[in-house]
Amino acid sequence: MSLIMLSSPHAHGGDSIRMMMFTVILALLPASLFSVYLFGWLSVLIIVTCMLTALLTEAACLKLMQRPLSALLDNSAALTGLFLALTLPATTPWWMAVVGSIFAIVLGKQVYGGLGHNIFNPALSARVILLISFPLNMTTWIIPMSIHMGAVTPTVNLYDFSQCLTLFFGGVNALPAVIAQGLDAISMASPLGQVKTQATLGVPVGQALAAYHYNVLDAFLGFEAGSIGETSALALLIGGIFLLARHSITWHIPFAYLGTVALLSAIFSSIAPDQFTPPMFHLFAGGLMLCAFFMATDPVSSPVTPNGQIVFGIGCGIITWSIRSFGGYPEGAMFSVLLMNCAVPLIDHYFRPRVYGHAKEKGDS
Amino acid sequence: MTGLLYALASLGAFALVAGLILAIAQKAFHIEGDPMVDKIDALLPQTQCGQCGYPGCKPYATAVAAGEEEVNHCVPGGERTMLQIADLMGVEPKTVEQEAAAPRLAFVREDECIGCTLCIKACPVDAIIGAPKQYHTIIADHCTGCELCVEPCPVDCIDMVTKPELLEHWSWPLPDTKRSQLAHERREQHAGHV
Amino acid sequence: MPAMFRNIAQRLGMMAHSFPGGVHPDQHKLTGASPIEVCELAPVHILPMKQHIGAPCSPLVTVGDKVLRGQKIAKSEGYVSVPVHAPTSGTVVKIEEHPIAHPSGMGMASIFIETDGDDAVDQTLEPITDWQNTDPAVLRERARMCGLAGLGGAVFPTFIKLVRDKRFPIETVILNGVECEPYLTSDHRLMAEYADEILTGLHMIRHMVGASSSLIAIEDNKPEAIAAMREALANAGDLDNVRVVVLPTRYPQGGEKQLIYSLTGLEIPAGKLPMHIGIVCQNVATTKALHDAILLGKPLSERVVTLSGDALPDPANLLVRIGTPVRRLFARQGLDDFIGLQIVHGGPMMGERLKGPDIPVVKSTNGLLALGSDAMSAAHTVEQPCIRCGHCSEACPVSLVPNLLADQCRSDQFEKAEDYQLFDCIECGCCSYVCPSNIPLVHYFRYGKGQIALGRREQAFAEASRTRSESRDARIEREKAEKAARRSRVRKTHPPKADANQSSPPAKAADATANSGATADSTPEEKQ
Ligand code: SF4
Ligand code: SF4
Ligand code: SF4
Ligand code: SF4
Repeated sequence: MSLIMLSSPHAHGGDSIRMMMFTVILALLPASLFSVYLFGWLSVLIIVTCMLTALLTEAACLKLMQRPLSALLDNSAALTGLFLALTLPATTPWWMAVVGSIFAIVLGKQVYGGLGHNIFNPALSARVILLISFPLNMTTWIIPMSIHMGAVTPTVNLYDFSQCLTLFFGGVNALPAVIAQGLDAISMASPLGQVKTQATLGVPVGQALAAYHYNVLDAFLGFEAGSIGETSALALLIGGIFLLARHSITWHIPFAYLGTVALLSAIFSSIAPDQFTPPMFHLFAGGLMLCAFFMATDPVSSPVTPNGQIVFGIGCGIITWSIRSFGGYPEGAMFSVLLMNCAVPLIDHYFRPRVYGHAKEKGDS
Repeated sequence: MTGLLYALASLGAFALVAGLILAIAQKAFHIEGDPMVDKIDALLPQTQCGQCGYPGCKPYATAVAAGEEEVNHCVPGGERTMLQIADLMGVEPKTVEQEAAAPRLAFVREDECIGCTLCIKACPVDAIIGAPKQYHTIIADHCTGCELCVEPCPVDCIDMVTKPELLEHWSWPLPDTKRSQLAHERREQHAGHV
Repeated sequence: MPAMFRNIAQRLGMMAHSFPGGVHPDQHKLTGASPIEVCELAPVHILPMKQHIGAPCSPLVTVGDKVLRGQKIAKSEGYVSVPVHAPTSGTVVKIEEHPIAHPSGMGMASIFIETDGDDAVDQTLEPITDWQNTDPAVLRERARMCGLAGLGGAVFPTFIKLVRDKRFPIETVILNGVECEPYLTSDHRLMAEYADEILTGLHMIRHMVGASSSLIAIEDNKPEAIAAMREALANAGDLDNVRVVVLPTRYPQGGEKQLIYSLTGLEIPAGKLPMHIGIVCQNVATTKALHDAILLGKPLSERVVTLSGDALPDPANLLVRIGTPVRRLFARQGLDDFIGLQIVHGGPMMGERLKGPDIPVVKSTNGLLALGSDAMSAAHTVEQPCIRCGHCSEACPVSLVPNLLADQCRSDQFEKAEDYQLFDCIECGCCSYVCPSNIPLVHYFRYGKGQIALGRREQAFAEASRTRSESRDARIEREKAEKAARRSRVRKTHPPKADANQSSPPAKAADATANSGATADSTPEEKQ
């Protein structure tokens, strides 16, 4: 008998990349369903387009690099597509969804050498490329089908498939309402956008939010404007807790990230309530929940050690809060994660845990 | 205009200061002697076989350090040594033309040895013991396998044998990352190719 | 588990100490309730010359010799070594290389004993019944003579640990009955059936090292063993300072360092031994063997082996003579055809996969497993890229960062790997076990460690060769100079008188050339 040399252990826990990625997709199910409730067929169209494009692009890349197509089954491309879709506004036209997905797979992942080698979260890098290339499209928030904030009522019936098809393939400007009355007829500001624009006009935070009919409960449940998968903190929280329960992620990054944002905003909003928004506003607004539980915890682009993950989370928190409070963009969650992605190799090196039997970390000395 | 002058002047001053600091640093941290020879010598396998065309490792190291010789002439050292030296010298790696043979060991067929001591004189690391007119023996733990003793023996009683592999010195090879091969092997076993 | 919470919980006394990481593999303790069966003698027993960690033994017998059970047939060479004994009576039929349980598949010199069936015992070793009043040094020598080595699988010579050293007084003796590897139940059954002997053995160890307290650690998946040990304790009555500690099941709790941490919260500093922090740790099977060696005068010639695995028709715990061919044991339990199976020596987490069943049982054989392809299917899929999920770091009981280490080993960055403390890896396999990408992390670490060791050996050899070569060159130089000196002196002695200031008379200088190199070296230069 001649056998290949195989070291112990001769047993395996049964975890696989495919299962891990599938778990994350499952965890995104509540948020995805809620997005369909808010944005109707548009949401379905965007999600399907992004996921399909991502899979096709991945297949093409694998073919080009002469790697086995079976790697498609690891679900990572599908997940990237879903991630990207959930960060897009409902007004995203088809070509932008397609271009974004191709960006995510090609520039976000494959150019680095494929799965496991990318420095940045692929979906987030694509989303940022889109935001910078098409700022208007990426910040036009259509009025959702169920809305309590902003004192508006839906003007486009998103549950109507044909309307949605027109919007998705023809762009916002193809809608009769827009042709007649302009973009403002169907769109509204997001809470973060509202605070930012009012702040530039010198309106105190409290007044701006009151004018917007902001209320915390609705923000938590998700009845607000925003990217399709980002609105409901509750749905994302359910998914996040599912991931924690399945040991797909550890508590370190989300806890450190959300904690830092909450702490900073609590301190500053109590010092200067007119300039800084309160913690509850921050936590439930924009892409923070999605980033904290799903984007920042993306295994490939986050640190591997627990200590490193806490540092990473704190870094993300500081940057997010700073961009939101002082930056030019209303939302900083995505940028913060991408920025901290750059620091991961350093964090990994310097925040290694103390090895058994050694008094002090070598990396720190 | 004055703004430009100011900028130029301050840049110039900065460059001057930086240059001074560098100059001082070079003086302060100057390393005496020529450690390069020793550093290269430390990388060589010390087989002392002369296959590099020099009478031993040190002379070869000296020649390389002086820039008179290429980095790729040590045969027993093979590619790894070449890469290390190239790295140390900061020069381009070269291909190693000659493949190193598996480590070997000299062995004297003692009943044929006439005790001429010629091999003792040839051995660069004093791995052979014996007195005139006595059997000579090679200390296996000292022999580098350079083969320099084979030629001088007038009765041809020195063989080169493969160095025996020791259980204690066995080490794991890199894993076969395409472990699908294992599945393949199993299929073969099932087919009765055991 | 966050270290912070753990520390707080421990302070509050809510939790026992808990080492970081670890995994919970499926237990598969198929033979937990199977009593130990005595296995029949094999027609031929094969005894490799090294069954412990340390220097190999050299045979004391030659082909044709008759031996008795328990007779010493190979003597230890060197300090870290223990002798080998005949497992039964019979004749030495050959001494030659035979495959052993080693991943390389290489063989080792072994003594083959043909069984005569009498099983006659060598009675030379007297039982030491009054061990309480016997000098510990005598007992320690008995442990060495009887060939005792750690039977938990590490096979470190036992006597070395059983020492009284004034600099390191031993406070606690820990009996390791954790047996955290899946499938294995040999220690479990031993505790359930030989609790009294183990307890006596424990007191022997306490007497030998002078320890005041002792703990018996058992995982909570072995209730019979716990009950039996507790009962033995209660029956003995007057025993103070012995406590059975029940630990929650977790792999690798049986590792010495992890166990000590679980029980005491103490870490063994890097490069130190348990005795340096006042602890001696012994496996229960070794303790039973110590009892037999002292009280019965029986050298180590048999041990309990768990035969198990999902592909074995009839799993069992067998009391097997050392040297019994493994193929025979599997056949006894109904397995003859090994095609498509994995044969593992030891447990699935740290055992060695065998190239075939033609090896003998040795002192380290705590289990022999026949695993079907399903049990290990994940290990056969292709290695995928690391997705940096961190599961391996989380599972590592010594807090290494396995994925980075594996990268370094793979790309031969050994210095960096050493800086990341590669050599602190205990090869427990937790990291490979949890890796979703099926990366054989432990394999990479073994490769890395092997390459570093090889590099060090080569370096040392090159260093020695250089020294030898340099001293040879120096000698040749000197001889040349001597010759030159002799020549010049011959020339100088013949011309009439040299000048009056000359320090050494010519006759004396000529004498000196014969032996004193130093004088000879310097003379020619002075003259010129
Ligand atoms: S070839 Fe290499 S080992 Fe041989 S003498 Fe030259 S440097 Fe030394
Ligand atoms: S014994 Fe022969 S082969 Fe060995 S080192 Fe000496 S000269 Fe070289
Ligand atoms: S468990 Fe495997 S995939 Fe995850 S970080 Fe470790 S090596 Fe990489
Ligand atoms: S095998 Fe080594 S690196 Fe892996 S978990 Fe065990 S100790 Fe840690």
